[in-house]
Amino acid sequence: MAEVNAPTLLALAEDAEVGRAGLKVVANPPPLDPADEEWADDTPLYEARRKIYPQRVHGTYRRIKWAVLFVTLGIYYLTPFLRWDRGPNAPGQAVLIDLPNRRFYFFFIEIWPQEIYYLTGLLIIAAMTLFLMNALAGRVWCGYLCPQTVWTDLFQTIERWCEGDRREHLRRDREGWTLERVGRAGAKHFLWLMVAWWTGGAWVLYFADAPTLVRDLATFHAPIIAYVWIGILTVTTYALAGFMREQVCLYMCPWPRIQAALTDEHALNVTYRYDRGEPRGSLKKSTALRAQALPSGDCIECLQCVHVCPTGVDIRQGPNLGCIQCGLCIDACDAVMEKIGRPTRLIAYDTDLGIKDRQEGQPTVYRFVRMRTALYAAIIVLVGGMMTFTLATRDAQGVSVIHDRNPVFVRLSDGALRNGYTVRIANKRPERREFTLSLSGLSGSLLDVVQTRDDGRFVVEVGPDQTREVRVLVTEYTDFLPASTPVTFHLYDARSGERASASDYFRAPEGG
Amino acid sequence: MADKTHVDAVTGTATTGHVWDGIRELNTPLPRWWLWLFYITIVWAVGYWIVYPAWPLVTAFTTGTFGWASRSAVVTDLNELKTLRAPMTTKLAATALADIKSDQALADFAYAQGRSAFRENCGPCHGAGGGGAKGYPNLNDNDWLWGGTLEQIRQTIEFGVRSGHAKAHESQMPAFGRDGMLKSDEIVTVANYVRAIANLATRRGTDLAAGKKLYADNCAVCHGAEGKGNKELGAPDLTDGIWLFGSDEASIIEVITNSRGGVMPAWAGRLDPETIKALAYYVHTLGGGEK
Ligand code: SF4
Ligand code: SF4
Repeated sequence: MAEVNAPTLLALAEDAEVGRAGLKVVANPPPLDPADEEWADDTPLYEARRKIYPQRVHGTYRRIKWAVLFVTLGIYYLTPFLRWDRGPNAPGQAVLIDLPNRRFYFFFIEIWPQEIYYLTGLLIIAAMTLFLMNALAGRVWCGYLCPQTVWTDLFQTIERWCEGDRREHLRRDREGWTLERVGRAGAKHFLWLMVAWWTGGAWVLYFADAPTLVRDLATFHAPIIAYVWIGILTVTTYALAGFMREQVCLYMCPWPRIQAALTDEHALNVTYRYDRGEPRGSLKKSTALRAQALPSGDCIECLQCVHVCPTGVDIRQGPNLGCIQCGLCIDACDAVMEKIGRPTRLIAYDTDLGIKDRQEGQPTVYRFVRMRTALYAAIIVLVGGMMTFTLATRDAQGVSVIHDRNPVFVRLSDGALRNGYTVRIANKRPERREFTLSLSGLSGSLLDVVQTRDDGRFVVEVGPDQTREVRVLVTEYTDFLPASTPVTFHLYDARSGERASASDYFRAPEGG
Repeated sequence: MADKTHVDAVTGTATTGHVWDGIRELNTPLPRWWLWLFYITIVWAVGYWIVYPAWPLVTAFTTGTFGWASRSAVVTDLNELKTLRAPMTTKLAATALADIKSDQALADFAYAQGRSAFRENCGPCHGAGGGGAKGYPNLNDNDWLWGGTLEQIRQTIEFGVRSGHAKAHESQMPAFGRDGMLKSDEIVTVANYVRAIANLATRRGTDLAAGKKLYADNCAVCHGAEGKGNKELGAPDLTDGIWLFGSDEASIIEVITNSRGGVMPAWAGRLDPETIKALAYYVHTLGGGEK
C-alpha cells in the first residue's frame, strides 16, 4: 500500500480506482520512510522499442478509417492532376504552388505573396478546427486524419498482406529467417518503398505542371531538385510509416501533449466502461458467477482490444497518452461481445462523467454545446467569413506608394517644390493592362511619371499577373504649403473601369 | 539500496532517486533509437570536420576535403547571377542610352540595377536617394553643374570631376581673397550683389552698382553676365534657389575668398560600362534629368 500526497493527486487517484486497488489518499503525508516504500532494481535510462503486431479488425470504426484513408490519400495523390482553365497566360493546374513566380493557385483563387495573411487565417481555422474536434471527441485528428496515422495504417495493411496477421507474423518472427520469411519481408519492403516513392512523387507535382513533370521525371529531364525531394519524402515516408509508427506519436509529435492539455471532462474519448466491465474474469468464471447472481463484469480478458491497438495500449487502464483514439479496440471488443452474447460497446466513445452518472443511476448527458465548443465554432465562422468576404471583394489591381526619404522634398531652381514617390502597381489579371495614374489633394500640382511613354498621359502598362514599379514626381508651385499635405494617387483602368487608390503625403519645408 | 530505485505508487514507474519537497522525478526511459540518433549526430559532426573547413590552426585552418570556401562560394553565386542577367545586360550594352526608356523591360532592368549600384557606390556622398548634402550636389533637383542630359550624366560618372582622369571635368574658381585679387570689402560687396541677383536680401548700404561692376569684371567670365552659369565650365547658376555651398552671406564670402570645387572620382574602370549606363539612366530618372 502506498501513500500519496493530497490534494494534488486526488484527481489522479479518482481515475486510478480501476485496477489500482489499494491506493489511499492521506491529507497530510508523513515524512517519507524508505523502508515503507516500493523499490525496484535500477531501471535503465533507455529502452528498446517493443514491436507491435496489430491484429486485423472489422467493424464500424475500421470502415470509417478505410473511407477516410481512401478519401485523404485520393485527394493527396490525385489533386495535382486536376485541371483548371485560367486563360492563356496562367497555369492550367487547379492546385499549384508556383515558387519561381511566387504564386499560389487554388481553383479560382490566386494568392500573391503580399496576400500571405490568408495563410494566417487558414492556420487559425485549422487550429480552431483541431481544438473543436478535440473538445467534441478527443483525438479525432490523430485517430483518423493525421498523415502519420493514415500512412501507418496503409503500411500495416501491406505488412499483413505480406507477412500475415498478428499470430502468423509473430510465429514467423519466432521461427527465425527462413527463405519464405525473407521472400515475404522482401515483398513487403518493396511495396512499402513503392508507396513511399509514389508519396514523394505526388508531393513534387504540387510545385509544377503535373503531367509535364511526370513526363520529365520518367525521361530523366526533370530538375535535379525534384528528384532530391522525391528521395527525401521516400525516405521519410518509408521510415516514419514503416518503422517509427507509434514512436512518432509517443515521442516526436507535440500534438498529443497539446491535446492532453486541451481536453476536458465532457469530451468523448475512447473509454473502457469499467462500470460494466469490472470485475473482469474469464468467460467461464463470469458465467459461473452470473449463474449465482454474483457481481460479474463483461470483460472476459480476451485481450482483443490490446491486440488490435496500433500503439500497443491497454485501454482498460484508463485514459492513456499513447491512445490515438482510433476506435479499433471498440470494433474488436464489439466482435467479442457479439460472440458471447453480451451487449456491444463495452469500449465506446464515452466520458468518465458519463460512467460516473451511470454508476450513480443517473441518465448520461453528453454536452456538445459548451462555452468552448461554441467559442471555437464562432471563431471558425468569423475567420472563415472574413476570409471569404475579403476574397470575394478583393480588387484585381492594386497600388502602393513609398515616399522618397532622401531627399524628402526638393527645391527646384525656379523655387517650386517637388516630392518623389515610388509607386508600385499590381495587375492581378492574366492579361496586360493599362492604368492611368492621377493625383488628388493638391491644387496646381504637376504629375510626372518617369518611365511612361512621352505622350502626356500617365499611362502605365503592366504585364499579365505582374507588378510594376514606377517613379512619380509631384511638383507643386503654390507657396506656403503646410509641412505635410495628404494626397491620394488614383489608378484607373479605362478599359474595365476598375479603380484603386493609395494615400500619402506631400512634404514641404517647415514654415513654407 | 544502491542498486534499488524508488517506484512511484500512482504510475508504477521507477524514479530517478531525486526528491524535492517530497516530489520525485519519474524515470521514463527514452527510446533507444533516440540514443542512436544522438550517436549519429556525433558521427555526422566528425564527418563535417573532415569535409568542411572546421578547426583553427595557429596560422591557418583545416580546409576540409571538399575544398569548400565561403569566398569562392560567393564568387560562384555572383557568376551565377551574372549569367542569369546576361541577356538583359547584353541588351543594355547594345541599346543607346536614349532608347532605354522605350523598352519597358529594359528600362525597369536599368532602373533596378542603377538603383542598387547607386546605393553602393554613389550613396556615401550623394545620399542613398541622391538627396545630396552641403558640397555634394542633390541629384533630384533640376540644377546641373555639368549638364543633366543622359549623355552628360554618363560622361560625368565615367570620368568624374577633378578626378585626375584625362577626360575629367576640370575647372577651378580662383581664390579671389586668398590670392589677393579682391580686397575683403570688395568681396562683401560682390557677395551681396550675387545675393541680390538671386532675389535674396542684401546687407543694408551695399553699393550694388559697385557690386555689379566687380561681378562683371571678375565673375561674369564663367558665371555669365546674368549669373546663369555655364555648364561647359561647371560654373553654377547663381540666380536660382539652389546653392551647393550655402546661400548666406558668410558662405558666399567664404567661397569667393578661398574658392571651392568638389571632387568626384572617375568610375570608368571601376564599374563596367553597363553599370555606368544603368547608373546614368537611374540618376536621370531621379527627377532632374534634362531632355
Ligand atoms: S500523435 Fe501526432 S502523429 Fe500521432 S496520430 Fe496524433 S497527430 Fe498524428
Ligand atoms: S486503445 Fe483503442 S482507440 Fe486507443 S489507439 Fe488503441 S485501439 Fe485505438
